[in-house]
Amino acid sequence: MDIFIQQIINGLVLGSIYALVALGYTMVYGILGLINFAHGEVVMIGALTALTAIGLLVPSGLPGPVVVLGGLLIAIPVCMTVGFTIERIAYRPLRNAPRLAPLITAIGVSIVLQQLAMIGWGRNYHTFPPLLPAAPHQFLGAAITDLQIIIIATAAALMAALVWLVTRTRLGRAMRATAENPAVARLMGVDVDRVISFTFVLGSALAAVAGVMVAANYSIAHYAMGFMLGLKAFTAAVLGGIGNLGGAMLGGLLLGIIESLAAGYIGDLTGGFLGSHYKDVFAFFVLILVLVFRPSGLMGEKVAERA
Amino acid sequence: MLEVRGLEVHYGGICAVRGVDLDVAAGEKVALIGANGAGKTSTLKAIARMLPARGSVKLSGEAIEHAPPHLLVRKGLALVPEGRGVFARLSVLENLEMGAYVRDDKAVVDADIERVFGLLPRLKERAGQTAGTLSGGEQQMVAIGRALMSRPRILLLDEPSMGLSPIMVDTVFDVIREVAREGVTLLLVEQNARLALSLCDRGCVMDGGEITLSAPAAELLDNPAVRAAYLGE
Repeated sequence: MDIFIQQIINGLVLGSIYALVALGYTMVYGILGLINFAHGEVVMIGALTALTAIGLLVPSGLPGPVVVLGGLLIAIPVCMTVGFTIERIAYRPLRNAPRLAPLITAIGVSIVLQQLAMIGWGRNYHTFPPLLPAAPHQFLGAAITDLQIIIIATAAALMAALVWLVTRTRLGRAMRATAENPAVARLMGVDVDRVISFTFVLGSALAAVAGVMVAANYSIAHYAMGFMLGLKAFTAAVLGGIGNLGGAMLGGLLLGIIESLAAGYIGDLTGGFLGSHYKDVFAFFVLILVLVFRPSGLMGEKVAERA
Repeated sequence: MLEVRGLEVHYGGICAVRGVDLDVAAGEKVALIGANGAGKTSTLKAIARMLPARGSVKLSGEAIEHAPPHLLVRKGLALVPEGRGVFARLSVLENLEMGAYVRDDKAVVDADIERVFGLLPRLKERAGQTAGTLSGGEQQMVAIGRALMSRPRILLLDEPSMGLSPIMVDTVFDVIREVAREGVTLLLVEQNARLALSLCDRGCVMDGGEITLSAPAAELLDNPAVRAAYLGE
């Protein structure tokens, strides 16, 4: 039983991170109908930028959490700039091109960013210094660290803020109107290009936070980390129903929990034949099941309405 | 108010609008009538910069053919698009708020929402519903109410009767008449020529991408050629 609770906690942490990244995929898809495959690389850039900044801040002798916060506050604007630039130079010129063109471009951007990161940060793993209190608290027979609590709480707060922004503000209304019908939104006076830029910038800011969370949670970051993470978050977005904010959150959390439970029980279930490193298989197994039985996702409406 | 000169719209090699000249004076109500494919909708879309076009368009003397499309509403031009174009996932109230997107005087906007609700009481009952759940006629009312929320000086309406039941058409045209009475300049594209001409001061007949006839509405209603071609007599 305590293993179950432990895996649920781990799953919530992982799921919170997936959800933040999935939101970036789903917001862009909702507005442009584009799968921004480079989004995972933005997460990676966020993680590595923060680590570099943290490395520079550590000698200052500031308290650990302040150093981490400093790294985060540097990673966020860097990622926002990257997201803005990607849209501007890679996607905007293809706005009216056939759908395959921006998709291929997205994969290209992803490769370019990954290679640039490899040149800049090298091929080695970067370790996240132990700056945050790691002593676990006992909770229902399982252990939970301050870091895990911070990750879950921060993700929840950011998601609540995002929902508020999208549903309650003038800008959010413009985003929803643009997602539905950009030509008519423009008639209403919405500067559609700006709304699209803002969507990329917003998604990238969430990606930066997620990047720092991943690096802190696994104590490690690497130029290629964005690929699998991006793929998982994309799976989460599809699981929940791509284009749907609530779906991305639900999909992220579910995927995190499924993956953690799989990692915890797969050994027992297969009599030791498969180990926990097969947990990734579960994520994609879930994706296949969703695509077969409910292609529009758990909370999705009709898919490809504007395809 | 609106001055269009030499407007041309091309779709690939096809020329849909061939050098249209059109004037609408302040406070005037002009109907653009004609058969399917005559170029009426393309003309409206080109004026509202929803389509690339050649020619000049002036609004109150100011050239707008190169202005960014999203700034037109600030200059007093509103278009109720063909097929209504309501934001189906937004509530009726949010649709109206989108209509007032460029205005930031919240108190006045709230007063205008009440004014639109007064004009279109049906919308008040449905304020919280998503627009996609409404009937076609109600959606048309949302589209008209939304356009009014920008306090336009000139309102362009594209086929407001399309796809509506006869009773709904009457209701929608009553609303348009009410709007015109408040002094908003109208440019109305309509296939239902009789209805359009009965509401407007002047009619322009479009055929093959050109305006072939422009005359006071009453005259067009009596014109034998127009009666035969567009009024089904």
